[in-house]
Amino acid sequence: MNNTVRVGWMSALAVATLVSIGVGGCKAPKDGGAAGETSTKATQNLDVKTIKVGEFSSMTGETATFGQESDAGIQYALAEINAAGGIEVGGKKYPVTVELQDDQSKAEEAKTVAVKFASDADIVAVLGEVASSRSKTAAPEYQRAGIPMISPSSTNPDVTKVGDYIFRVCFIDPFQGYIMAKFAKDELKLTNVAVLRDPSQDYSVGLADAFIKEFTGMGGKIATDVSYKASDSDFRSQLGQVKNANADGVFIPGYYGEVGTIARQAREIGIKAPLMGGDGWDSSELVKGAGGPGGALEGSYFSTHYSASETSKRVQDFVAAYKKAKGTEPAALVAQGYDAMMILADAIKRAGSFERAKVRQALAETKNYDAVTGRITLDENRNANKSGVVVQIKGDKFVYTKTIEPKQ
Amino acid sequence: MDQFLQILINGIQLGSVYVLIALGYTMVYGVLRLINFAHSDVFMVGSFVGFYACGWLKVSAQKTVFAGLVQLLPVLFIAMAACVLLGLLIERFAYRPLRRAPRLTALITAIGVSLFIEGAAQLPFVFGVNPKFYPEILPSGPDSTIQAGGITISKHQLVMVVVSAILVAVLWYIVQKTKMGKAMRAVSHDFDAAGLMGIPTDNVIAFTFSIGAALAAAGGVLFGGLTFKSLLPLMGVQMGLKAFVAAVVGGIGSIPGAMLGGLLMGISESFIKGAPHIKFGTTDFDPSRWTDAVAFLILILVLLIRPAGLLGKNTPEKV
Repeated sequence: MNNTVRVGWMSALAVATLVSIGVGGCKAPKDGGAAGETSTKATQNLDVKTIKVGEFSSMTGETATFGQESDAGIQYALAEINAAGGIEVGGKKYPVTVELQDDQSKAEEAKTVAVKFASDADIVAVLGEVASSRSKTAAPEYQRAGIPMISPSSTNPDVTKVGDYIFRVCFIDPFQGYIMAKFAKDELKLTNVAVLRDPSQDYSVGLADAFIKEFTGMGGKIATDVSYKASDSDFRSQLGQVKNANADGVFIPGYYGEVGTIARQAREIGIKAPLMGGDGWDSSELVKGAGGPGGALEGSYFSTHYSASETSKRVQDFVAAYKKAKGTEPAALVAQGYDAMMILADAIKRAGSFERAKVRQALAETKNYDAVTGRITLDENRNANKSGVVVQIKGDKFVYTKTIEPKQ
Repeated sequence: MDQFLQILINGIQLGSVYVLIALGYTMVYGVLRLINFAHSDVFMVGSFVGFYACGWLKVSAQKTVFAGLVQLLPVLFIAMAACVLLGLLIERFAYRPLRRAPRLTALITAIGVSLFIEGAAQLPFVFGVNPKFYPEILPSGPDSTIQAGGITISKHQLVMVVVSAILVAVLWYIVQKTKMGKAMRAVSHDFDAAGLMGIPTDNVIAFTFSIGAALAAAGGVLFGGLTFKSLLPLMGVQMGLKAFVAAVVGGIGSIPGAMLGGLLMGISESFIKGAPHIKFGTTDFDPSRWTDAVAFLILILVLLIRPAGLLGKNTPEKV
């Protein structure tokens, strides 16, 4: 056998192996269980002493603060519910337990956890995830098993389209794109904005498209629309295009892990335009990656679900109570985790049953629930219709700037 | 033109890290005919060790580049030393027992070692899975860039390229001018004959692994410390894959080939990322989404035209 042939063949094999290891998990599931698919529903054990809720969350990995903050909110709500004796069902109070499973910020792990939860006969409902790609990957399993799933903060529209058991208590990206577009146009008076997106994240693509649609609809211009990969180390070539396009603002709908790196490289090559993002930026780690307080992200804006410095009484009461209990200010994801748990508890109480189908029905009928992150009504697509806020980064604080109301 | 040069410079900087990693793949292949998949994880470990070394040495923000370099050197040294140890351990316990086994056995073992290191690194008491950021080793920000016409070169980029170039020069000296280098070349030329001539092949192989590991560690520190990138236990997969492609494109087993391949990969990646949208009527094609695809396309084309790689030797197997 010719030696060179063998080298080529072995390298090809090796590359193929590595590729399959590296990207195997990124594929979006195509088998989303359609609404009304009832034949495979899992059986539920209704003879229980406690109400068991599953939680899948990114406690570790690339977006670890998402899971940790979300979980902090859920645990805080749980403590509040159990301190009051639990949830009243059929005239009797049942305590609530939450089983937490870490998905390591990976879509394939979220799927594994979903398969596990789906076969657990004691689970009434499931809370999670923050990142849209992971919610979307796990959702078909819950839909198939007939377990209600509530995402605290996945904003990609496709998540709840998986089926009628999938809910969320936050707004969706078409609205989030509108928030930032409106803010850029009306408040910052920008006319020529560049967009940097990560095509491998559903969230990033959806938000980028929504922003472009809204911003051009308002008469703004998109200077350039370039793509990056979160795992890349060098973004200067893309940023060079942004600079040459003379953009007066840069919209980066990514996650906090890469935004700091991008911002530092942008400032280095001399981009002085304001940077803007979405709720994927909302993390206590964000500023750290940008070179610390006063670093590359100083003065940048992003849209999110709530701000601890909002003035409404509901928010301030929650912030004060949380601070007293935990010693820290609740981040947006904490408030959303809290809301998700509370809305679920409210639905179980209204349903008067642990039965999954009845809980689902009650969830779908949630109307004008006075949550921390706003007044929540779940619409016919199981999305929350509510306002959003824009915050500005100052030091390591996110300062409340403006509330944008839903489009009528 | 400015933009062309700017992208070229970015590409060289990116390529310089690929070169450092690719050299490790190619040298080990040269002496053992083994693709050491664990190499990309040595790069990751190097980056993490450098991060912890920054903590131990109390690295802090400096005003001048010189003061920054004084901080960088011990960090580099610690990371390289730790990875030399790791490289030797991998060689001793994973590959040496398989020296006479079929090549495929060693290849599968290499993948196993790689997965083992990646898994171990994710354990909470090893590195954990939360992203980590290097402190500011060199001064950064808009003030520490060099402006030449319309081109902006960050001093970080400059330091990366220069340090990589020095390391490659040292490697060239070792391979071409020292006795050990001569032994390496002999083992690479003919493993069995070298052993018969009295060359201690096991030592030569161990030495090759340690040099490769040291270069990967240096790459890891430069990558982590100078690109502002977050460190994650799986960061090696992406970089390792690109560097491996670079080594194959250049001609695996050939040291100049790895350098050429690494630079080629870096520069082509940079140009794809920096390419403007191509519009055909209503379809809008964004080249920056295709960076990885182009890397593999280059690999396929090179393997089709020159199966041994750009600078690889086309030696028929003697029977």
